[in-house]
Amino acid sequence: MIPEIGQFALILALLLALTQGVLPIVGAARAIPTWIRVARPAAQGQLVFVAIAFGCLAWSFVANDFSVLNVATNSNSQLPAQYRFAATWGSHEGSLLLWVLMLNVWTVAVTVFSRHLPEEMVARVLGVMGLVSVGFLLFMLLTSNPFERLFPAAPDGRDLNPLLQDPGMVIHPPMLYMGYVGFSVAFAFAIAALLGGRLDATWARWSRPWTTLAWCFLTLGIMLGSWWAYYELGWGGWWFWDPVENASFMPWLFGTALIHSLAVTEKRGSFKSWTVLLAICAFSLSLLGTFLVRSGVLTSVHAFATDPKRGIFILAFLTVAICGSLTLFAWRAPRVGLGGKFDLVSRESMLLANNVLLAVAAGSVLLGTLYPLFLDALNLGKISVGPPYFDAVFVPLMTPAVFLMGIGPLARWKEASLPELAVRLKWALGVSLITALLLPFVMGRWTPLVAFGLLLAAWIIATSAVALKYRLSRHDGNLWARLGAQPRSYYGMLLAHCGVAVFIIGVTLVKGYETERDVRMAVGDSVMAGGYAFRFDGVQEVTGPNYRGARGAIDVSRDGRHIEVLHPEKRVYNVQQMPMTEAAIDTGIFGDLYVSLGESVSGGAWSVRVYHKPFVTWIWGGCIIMALGGLLALCDRRYRVPARRSEAIVAGGGKKRAGVSGAAAG
Amino acid sequence: MTRFLVPLAVFIVMVAFLAVGLGLNPREVPSPLINKPAPAFVLPQLHQPDKTFSQEDMKGKVWLLNVWASWCVSCREEHPVLMDLAKSNAVPIYGLNYKDKPEDALAWLRQFGNPYTLSIIDRDGRVGIDYGVYGVPETFVIDKQGAIRYKQIGPVTPAALKDKILPLVKELQS
Repeated sequence: MIPEIGQFALILALLLALTQGVLPIVGAARAIPTWIRVARPAAQGQLVFVAIAFGCLAWSFVANDFSVLNVATNSNSQLPAQYRFAATWGSHEGSLLLWVLMLNVWTVAVTVFSRHLPEEMVARVLGVMGLVSVGFLLFMLLTSNPFERLFPAAPDGRDLNPLLQDPGMVIHPPMLYMGYVGFSVAFAFAIAALLGGRLDATWARWSRPWTTLAWCFLTLGIMLGSWWAYYELGWGGWWFWDPVENASFMPWLFGTALIHSLAVTEKRGSFKSWTVLLAICAFSLSLLGTFLVRSGVLTSVHAFATDPKRGIFILAFLTVAICGSLTLFAWRAPRVGLGGKFDLVSRESMLLANNVLLAVAAGSVLLGTLYPLFLDALNLGKISVGPPYFDAVFVPLMTPAVFLMGIGPLARWKEASLPELAVRLKWALGVSLITALLLPFVMGRWTPLVAFGLLLAAWIIATSAVALKYRLSRHDGNLWARLGAQPRSYYGMLLAHCGVAVFIIGVTLVKGYETERDVRMAVGDSVMAGGYAFRFDGVQEVTGPNYRGARGAIDVSRDGRHIEVLHPEKRVYNVQQMPMTEAAIDTGIFGDLYVSLGESVSGGAWSVRVYHKPFVTWIWGGCIIMALGGLLALCDRRYRVPARRSEAIVAGGGKKRAGVSGAAAG
Repeated sequence: MTRFLVPLAVFIVMVAFLAVGLGLNPREVPSPLINKPAPAFVLPQLHQPDKTFSQEDMKGKVWLLNVWASWCVSCREEHPVLMDLAKSNAVPIYGLNYKDKPEDALAWLRQFGNPYTLSIIDRDGRVGIDYGVYGVPETFVIDKQGAIRYKQIGPVTPAALKDKILPLVKELQS
């Protein structure tokens, strides 16, 4: 019964999505106020039904209803309750439902926080989001029904993929989807602006906070995925340039370009058509990512069960959505006009150059991801494109981007003077050069790559400090007053930029100084890595709730002083009989000690991976700082004030309604 | 105007490739062994472990070498197809029992039937490596000169048999 309720709720949600997608857009075009007003209630109603559907699916998982095919294939009665709940989005069907739920949450957020926007604009935005929702609901109902029944019911389920039975995997997909789907708001605003012909600074101001928020979620989502891969896959790697990772990284690059471009459009009215194009690209690549993961056109460690029918549907949806918006762009964008003029040396030109670099980087990631497919389609053979290509392309593109990132915040809008910039930056350059030359010696070994990485990171931090100093010098009062006079969005930007620096430091130092030892160890054997001695003290049998395994004991010491005992595990999950590696990691701010068990060799000996990863946590720390920077920018006064005003309206309205109903009850 | 059409054009080209890509299987890796001599082996026979079998013994005949194992689920799927093929006597099928326990393999053949003229034991998978086996089942068509002419990755389906393997076998036999 419960699954059928979910199924009906999905169908009703589809009908509401159709209403939301058609009436408000037509109403806005023909100026029919009643149709325009349909947008908000339709969106809110849709969320209710999608939430019911999601709740029904979650209930089926938690209650072990193995008469639902999706539950029978992705869960098991032995699975701990929290993972049974997380298994709701562990399958293809369930993750689509999560996608739609997120989309609806964003849509309703737009209905709530858009009270100060013109009604036709809101109607168009919600209409576009409704159409996106139609596509995904149809996809689910036609090709990937999460509630499909299985008769006769299975006695037990085939279990959730053991790789996904992990806390990181419980929160990674929702975060990532919040980011992916969040770009649909920026996309909807862009399309609405193109439809309404109102592509101006106000449009940029409205869509900016949404884009920043989506970007923050995407940053955190990618970071969680990377962290999960690091501790769960047992190889100690944190990024593999896998097609699915690239699928999340490309929208991030476009999103990063978009938030910068929006800033220019808002402040100076320039780059309007470019900003719109970036908004379309960021969301298009989110959709393309979905296609790549779900259709099986590329091989990937993440590939879901593939089905040609699904591939065809998503490709058709992708074509309609993206071709439609790009056609609209080609039709409307030429009339937009250019906005404020600017010099070759100005903050605008630097932001534009950075935007282009980010877009080219995203394009080259896309090319690398799809290149095997292109060659195969042209019958030129099968190849795979791996990290060497991406490293070779990415670093040279990001180097000038990082350089400009330091100068941009110091340059003036419209026109900046090179000599003035040079004066301001000479200290920053000196400090970064000295850091790059000396710091590697402190770390133990000087290599050009480490020095180069540290130069980039120091450059960002030093220029941020210089930018802050000049900014403060323009205000009066004591230091605290001057610090307080700066808007939070400014600190947000500096913080996010420093996050990039922290990230670069992490990557540089891990690549430069890590020690990786893959060794065969008998009981009592020792191996050295990064100045630590690791002694293998054998393995013990362990039994978990739904797995059996071997638990190793590895004694870690430094200069004969005992530090700790690490317990890596090798598990075999009962249902899928899949061996899983649980690495034991001692995480520290200056580096990780990472031990994982390989295979049992012979006579109690095991192959063991012993890694010392200096500063590896800075990689994810940098991502968190970037996201925090974004969130700080969102707390800026100018967003809080209208928000508070609209909250007051909501609260007042609610009170009035409560009063009325109270009176009615009385 | 035209420069605003560039993104659309780029996207349409990409969609065309993606559409073609849907029809391709990225997991299918062409074998470099096609038209090369079948790698040499001498392995004990499953039913008579004291006797050996080598690809040399088949010189002058067209034959199939089917890689199978009792633990392989897809082998059960292709098994009826192989049984029918064996009954038709169109081409002899030799089995390479891959990374399997002989007792399990014998029990499996007793249960489902034995389509193979004989099977050989590749207990540690060494010969499998020479043949580039990366998934079981796989089937090789080997000609009279001892060269591999075709490799079927995954189960032999009735369609693959009818459209590819049998016509090729006929052509090679004549």
